[in-house]
Amino acid sequence: MTESLNDPVDHLACAELVELVTAFLDGDLDPAAERRVVDHISLCDGCHLYVDQVRQTTDVLAGLSGGVPLSPEDRERLLAAFRDSSG
Amino acid sequence: MPCAPDNVGGRCHADSVPPPELPPDDVLTGLLLAGDETAFAQVVDAWSPGMRRLARVYVSTEDSAAEVVQEAWLAVVRGIGTFAGRSSLRTWVYRIVANTARRRGGREARTVPASSLGPAGEVGDGGGPTVDPARFLGPGHELSGHWRRPPVPWPGPEEALLAAEVRAEVAAALAELPARQRVVVTLRDVHGYDAAEVCSILEVSAANQRVLLHRARASVRLRLERYFDRAAVGAGEEVRP
Repeated sequence: MTESLNDPVDHLACAELVELVTAFLDGDLDPAAERRVVDHISLCDGCHLYVDQVRQTTDVLAGLSGGVPLSPEDRERLLAAFRDSSG
Repeated sequence: MPCAPDNVGGRCHADSVPPPELPPDDVLTGLLLAGDETAFAQVVDAWSPGMRRLARVYVSTEDSAAEVVQEAWLAVVRGIGTFAGRSSLRTWVYRIVANTARRRGGREARTVPASSLGPAGEVGDGGGPTVDPARFLGPGHELSGHWRRPPVPWPGPEEALLAAEVRAEVAAALAELPARQRVVVTLRDVHGYDAAEVCSILEVSAANQRVLLHRARASVRLRLERYFDRAAVGAGEEVRP
């Protein structure tokens, strides 16, 4: 890649970039497209911030995890069902 | 494992990864087939909370979700002999939850709040832009397609994003998403599953998974942006025009 580091920036509009964020964060863009995104955010504060905020959003979403444990009754019922099925 | 090590944007969440003491799938499956109750109790305790949240994506009440989890575990008990090991055991179990919940969700005819419809192109499953086109310079402008109204930094980073109010805002945004988007973003971002596993659990294509995730994240981000805008107004700060 180093030989291409000096290539001129292939411009991408901000309106296009915001639709590539998810593929970018998943590492699913082909190398050329990824390069365009990286190039773009290196020059564009708005898009840099947008990508960052999508990441922050996923962090908040991650903070919602936890769920609710089974009630003791449900748990006991399941263990009983398991015992019966293998007995 | 829910997270592939090369998943650039992803990260594992503590609760989405089976506790280290859970044996590998082949051993675990063997134990379950042999009727090892301790092993069964272990997976029930480790996976039920996540299964409950997955179920909640399809059904309208917590009680229904709890019943779905119960029903799914019973199906696992009955069907463990049919687990072929072509996916991880947890994926196989999650598919059972999704199928069970989907059937029940259909019966309950979950209603999507009207607010989820939003302005055109905002949160639908369709192909419109995920960011309001008015925020970009229009055709004819020298910098057409570039920000007219760029995002402004959010307060933060850590303390603001961890606040209970912010989490509540995001939870509300999640609840209002169209069902398919909600399922995908819940699995990906709340539970930390990687794209391939979500495709496998929901039996959707990679492209479809990405579109649904993309639209869901854009909607939740927009909700947060509006929340921080309101907070800035409340604090008497200057907000962009």
